[in-house]
Amino acid sequence: MTKVEELVKKEAEIHGHNRESLMPILQAVVRSERFLSEEAMVAIARELDISTADVFGTASFYTFMDTVPKGKNIIRVCKTITCHMKGKDAVIAALEDLLKIKLGENTSDGKFSLLQANCLGWCHKGPVMLINDEVYPEVTPESAVEVIQEYLKQK
Amino acid sequence: MDNKIKKVDLIFEKVDYLEILDRSFKRTQDEIILDVIDSGLRGRGGAGFPTGLKWKFAKNEEADQKYVICNADEGEPGTFKDREILTQAPEKVLAGMALCGKATGANEGFIYLRGEYNFLLPSLNATIDKFHKQLKELKFDFTVRIKSGSGAYVCGEETALMESMEGKRGEPRNKPPFPTTAGYLGKPTSINNVETLVFALMIAKEGPTKFREMGTFDSRGSKVFSVSGDTPKAGIYELELGMSLEDFVNEFGDGDTKAVQIGGASGFCVARKHFKETVIGFEGIPTGGSMMLFNSSRSMYNILNDYLEFFEEESCGQCTPCRVGCQQLLKGIEAVKKGVRPPAYLDDLQKLSETMKLASKCGLGQSAPNPFNSIINNFREEIIY
Repeated sequence: MTKVEELVKKEAEIHGHNRESLMPILQAVVRSERFLSEEAMVAIARELDISTADVFGTASFYTFMDTVPKGKNIIRVCKTITCHMKGKDAVIAALEDLLKIKLGENTSDGKFSLLQANCLGWCHKGPVMLINDEVYPEVTPESAVEVIQEYLKQK
Repeated sequence: MDNKIKKVDLIFEKVDYLEILDRSFKRTQDEIILDVIDSGLRGRGGAGFPTGLKWKFAKNEEADQKYVICNADEGEPGTFKDREILTQAPEKVLAGMALCGKATGANEGFIYLRGEYNFLLPSLNATIDKFHKQLKELKFDFTVRIKSGSGAYVCGEETALMESMEGKRGEPRNKPPFPTTAGYLGKPTSINNVETLVFALMIAKEGPTKFREMGTFDSRGSKVFSVSGDTPKAGIYELELGMSLEDFVNEFGDGDTKAVQIGGASGFCVARKHFKETVIGFEGIPTGGSMMLFNSSRSMYNILNDYLEFFEEESCGQCTPCRVGCQQLLKGIEAVKKGVRPPAYLDDLQKLSETMKLASKCGLGQSAPNPFNSIINNFREEIIY
C-alpha cells in the first residue's frame, strides 16, 4: 500500500465510509499532500465504494481542492474589490519577484505555489494573504516578502 | 450634534448563555418560537426570511431526525462579521443552535465553516467540547459538529451548502421542497446565519419587545455591519436598522464618498445623489452586513469588472442563464471599454441581465445583475469612456 492509500484508509476509518465523508477525506488529503493525485482519488473512490468520476467531479468543483501538484506552502492573495483597492497587485508583484514565478505557478523546489483567491473575508484589513490556513492581514509588499522569508528559513 | 447612527451591543455582549438556555429548555417549543416571531427577527445572512416562521415550519414537520445548521460560509465580498462573531462570541452561536434545536425538535447541529476560516477550527472545536459538557449538565441532548467548506462562494446558498455537506458538488437544489421540509440528508433542517442564531438567543434572554422596538416596521432590531473600502473607520459595527445611507456615510465616509455598495458583490451600488432617500433595511436596500465605500478616486469600471470577474468564477455552472450570463456581462463591459462594441451594447447586456434575474436557478445568478445594473445606471459614462 502506498503512502497516499494508507492516508485515505486512515481518514475513512475516522470519518466513515459513507458519501458524507467524501469532503472531510478529500480535505485531509489536500492538507497532507497539497493536491489530489489520480492515485488518491482512485483510492478514495474504492474506500467509499463510489465511482472515481464522482470523486473527481466533487473535487474539481472546489477551488481549494487542486487536482494538479502544488507547492508545500500555498500562498493565496485575496483579489476581490477592497484588497484590490488597497494594493494586492503590488503584493503579488513583490512575491513574484521574490519567488521567481508567475501567478498560478509553483517554485521549482516545490516549496511554494502562488495563487489569487476570491474574497477571504478580511475586507477591513486588506490586502490579505493566506498561507495554507494561516492568515496575514494588512500586508505590504515588504511585509509579505518578510513572511515568505520566514517560511524559507523554517523549512 | 444629533447622532442618527445608533450603536447597539447585543451580539458581542457577554451573557450567561447557560442560564438563558436553562430557562428556555423549560419552556414549550411554541413559546420559544412565538417569541422569535413576535420579535420580527429576519435572517441576517441577507435574504431576510422571518426566522420564527422558519423554525415553526421545521417544528411542524414529522420526522425521526431533524437538523440545525449554522451557515458560516461567509463568502460575500465585503462581509466579515461572522468570522468576528465566531471569534468573539462562539458560545453564543452554539447556544443559539441549541435553542433552535429545542424549538424545532432537532438534536444534531452542524456549523458549515468556509475553508478560508480553517484557522478558527482549533478554538471552535475546543469551545464545542466545553459546550457539550455544559449541555450534559443541563440534561439536554444536542451535539454540534463542524463541516468545512473548500472555497466555493455558492455553498453559502442553503441547498448548495447541504449538497456540499453530503459530499457532493455544491450545486443548488430546486426549491421547493424547502430545507425545513427536506434539507440535509432529506430531513427537516433549519439553517440560519451565524448572526441570526445569536439574535435568537438574545431574544430568548430579553423577550421579543426590546428587539421589536428597535429599527423600523420592516426591519426590526439591529444588525452587524462590515464596513470597508474608502473609510477611516473600517471594521465591524452593530447598528440599529433603518438608518438612511446619508447618515451612514456621514458617520463612516471619508468626506469624498462617491458611491456605496450595499450588500456585497450581489448587492446594489448607490450613487451619492441617492444617499438621502436610500434606507438601509428590508424596505430599502437590504444587506447581509457588507457596506463598501468608494471615494471619487475610484474607477467604477474597475469595481464592476471585479464584481463580474467574481461571479464569472463563482457561478457553479449548473444553469445556463447564470453560467453564460455572468461570462457575457464581463466580456460585454470589456468589449465596450475597448470600443469593440458600441456603448448601446450596454442596453443589450441589461436585457440579458433581466433574463438572468428571471431564469437563474438560485440567488447567485438572480443577484449577479444587481451590481451590474446599479453601476451601469449610475455610472454609465465611466463604463464607456
